[in-house]
Amino acid sequence: MLITCPYCGPRDVIEFTYQGDGNRDRPDPASQNFEAWNAYVYDRLNPAGDHNEIWQHSGGCRAHLRVVRNTLTHEILSVAFMRGTHTSTARRKAEDKS
Amino acid sequence: MAEYSAFSLLANALKGNKDWKPAWRKPDPKASYDVIIIGGGGHGLATAYYLAKEHGITNVAVLEKGWLGSGNVGRNTTAVRSNYLLPANTRFYEHSMKLWENLSHELNYNVMFSQRGCLNLAHTPAQFDDYARRGNAMRHLGVDAELMTPAQIKRLISALDISDSARFPVVGGLMQRRAGTARHDAVAWGYARGADRRGVDIIENCEVTGFLRDGDRVTGVATSRGDIRAKKVAVAVAGSTGRVMQLAGVETMPIESHVLQAFVTESLKPFIDTVVTFGMGHFYMSQSDKGGLIYGGDIDGYNSYAQRGNLPIVDEVMSEMLALFPGLARVRMLRSWGGVCDMSMDGSPIITTGPLPGMYLNCGWCYGGFKATPASGWCFAWTIAKDQPHDLNAPFTLDRFHRGLLIDDKGQGANPRLH
Repeated sequence: MLITCPYCGPRDVIEFTYQGDGNRDRPDPASQNFEAWNAYVYDRLNPAGDHNEIWQHSGGCRAHLRVVRNTLTHEILSVAFMRGTHTSTARRKAEDKS
Repeated sequence: MAEYSAFSLLANALKGNKDWKPAWRKPDPKASYDVIIIGGGGHGLATAYYLAKEHGITNVAVLEKGWLGSGNVGRNTTAVRSNYLLPANTRFYEHSMKLWENLSHELNYNVMFSQRGCLNLAHTPAQFDDYARRGNAMRHLGVDAELMTPAQIKRLISALDISDSARFPVVGGLMQRRAGTARHDAVAWGYARGADRRGVDIIENCEVTGFLRDGDRVTGVATSRGDIRAKKVAVAVAGSTGRVMQLAGVETMPIESHVLQAFVTESLKPFIDTVVTFGMGHFYMSQSDKGGLIYGGDIDGYNSYAQRGNLPIVDEVMSEMLALFPGLARVRMLRSWGGVCDMSMDGSPIITTGPLPGMYLNCGWCYGGFKATPASGWCFAWTIAKDQPHDLNAPFTLDRFHRGLLIDDKGQGANPRLH
């Protein structure tokens, strides 16, 4: 499996660390909504097909990456920098500005 | 009932082996059943067997997408053990061990259960202490466990490198003598035959494509061979749990599907007569009756339904094998394969009623489901028949994750790739 890091180019999967499911939406740290926290920690979509994932190029530039990968074929469909794409981060930033 | 005996073997040999009957029928699905079990693997077949035998429920169909035993029951590394730390796990797996000990007799089918022991190697004093703690916890619940010194281990496994110059010197080990291996295919075939003889319909090449619903209630399944109605629908599909539950409208589960690889070498003369595990990584090995060394290591570590893995884990597993057994460096690997594991969020399984009315769920086996096959079927059958869990599987609920009642034997947290 080769992952094309947007900074370093195509590299073997051994250079990367899987950081898990990228579909999860982390609640605001101050949130006391236990159901939302439980869902964030424990519940997974686990699709057979295209899957949003977070990988880190830990053996390279160390960037966190948003990867779409097919769980049936292991084909990598897209790779992008994680920065600024995470929904809750984006939401928090939007709240900061308001 | 005893179709297989020394006498029948002799009689059939004299008649040119022409009178053996198929071990199970190939029935067409009926329009409805009392119970439908989705998944014709070890757990589904064992469930059908115990439903018929223990609870007298014989109007049962087992639906299998492929052919019988084509999933994880035919892909595992066949180890059977009950050496857990937490009481819920220890009790459950020890019940399974006791069923294993009588399984060939029970099924009149030789599952080749061989109690050759399972030895966990310790490579640091702290790890040895941890094993002592686990051994004590096991003995406290009546399970056998004994600590071994390096000298005792060397007498047991002469090829093992226990020298101080080993990459990770061995300081001791925890042995469960009653653990061992079984022939995995025979377990599937034995349960299938036992269930079939009691009237269960085993329907192969029948893929579930949807669920029939009456409001919330599950009233049957849509399959590639037509709709089939049932009072109760039980799901025992291991790595495909996410996919099947999504057909029922359950979007998320505390499960991730990961791929685990396994390997077998060319046949060797008798080399190792126990199951051994490496303590400084994740590696386990035993030798089959044909002589091949069967071994494996960690899951690949990312979500996968592919039933095949990648090379980094192959490399890691081989390195670990050679760290323990330098003498195997020139042995050739014959085959490798992968199976899809339903990794739960605490490393323990789920056997429960629900989550929808009329539905029953058995999943979350991580990569340790084979040893659980008899107890999983036994407890799941109880749960289906009585609409409530047995004491042995009462802790293995689906809602334990949201209620903080996790059973995390390794203490790894909600990170499936680490269990």
